[in-house]
Amino acid sequence: MTEIRNEPDSSWTLLFVCWLLVAGATLGSLFISEIMQLPPCSLCWIQRIFMYPLAIILLIGLFPLDGSVVRYALPLALCGVVTSMYHTLLQLGIIPESAAPCRQGVSCSDISLALFGFASIPVLSLFVFSAVAGLLFYLKRSGLR
Amino acid sequence: MNRKQIVIAAGGSLLGAFVLASYLYNEQRENEMSAVALASDSPLEREYSQSDGPADAKVVLVEFFDPACETCRVFSAHVKTLLASHPGKVRLVLRYAPFHKGADTMVLILEAARKQGKFWETLDLMYEKQPQWASHHHPQPDLIWQFLPKAGVDVDRIRRDIQEPELVAVLNQDLADARALGVQRTPQFFVNGKPLLNFGYRQLKSLLDAEVAAQYSR
Repeated sequence: MTEIRNEPDSSWTLLFVCWLLVAGATLGSLFISEIMQLPPCSLCWIQRIFMYPLAIILLIGLFPLDGSVVRYALPLALCGVVTSMYHTLLQLGIIPESAAPCRQGVSCSDISLALFGFASIPVLSLFVFSAVAGLLFYLKRSGLR
Repeated sequence: MNRKQIVIAAGGSLLGAFVLASYLYNEQRENEMSAVALASDSPLEREYSQSDGPADAKVVLVEFFDPACETCRVFSAHVKTLLASHPGKVRLVLRYAPFHKGADTMVLILEAARKQGKFWETLDLMYEKQPQWASHHHPQPDLIWQFLPKAGVDVDRIRRDIQEPELVAVLNQDLADARALGVQRTPQFFVNGKPLLNFGYRQLKSLLDAEVAAQYSR
């Protein structure tokens, strides 16, 4: 506990920014599925599995500032990066449709929502996961533990 | 501000934004749906649409339904109660929105039964037996045939009639109208063109009661 007082404010702020991004993404995904009633496809569900726990784990790591949260959060964020990257490539048609894992229900390659014309759901997800993974990696390198 | 206050403020703002966005989104959606429903070429009702109640009723309750939908089954009893509470003042119009897989066959059977004057009997039977033929959202249309004689219909004739292109045309028109109106879930109710988006029995009752009161107050 004594270590915390020596931590620079910037570490806490960076972790807080991570949580803010994740909390925003979590509520955003709930808005799309529950209010706009667009059903999530199977790849969206996998990304939610990596995103939602981050909202809780990062919050716990903020009070009191606990550097070991990076150990638990970074793998989740990296899994999210991989899944959302795959999903984005699928929507862009770089990975062929036939390789899509979901055949019934909602298609993962259909683009049902695109903010500003390019930011589809997996693109937003990729952005958040990459930013969080990048920040967590930076915190790990800068010696927060 | 200390750290705790910062996080509480940020979390509260996010939640507040979520609630506000939900409210604005629903309001906009309601406006869009009413605009289509109240237009002069409104797709809310067609010449052929199945209707129950006096033609001069000032309140029209339109229900988009799916015979395989469990909530539609529950609401069919509610709707009967509501109609009975305003005798002669409300006309019910039923439109098809078979969103469940396989439910389109049920719609064709209903339309075929209608040719024999047995629409309501067949619909009641379908709802009654729904747990058997559509349990857990997996409609198995083949299971309905064994029950159909109870509705007093000529089953062989229904088997022939469901092949008719005019029945399929009715189904397709209803589905197209549902899409045009922005119907996403069933049952979707419209009371004189106003969509019920805040779904629930009490909400439906108050929307209908208010409309009846407004139309018959003078």
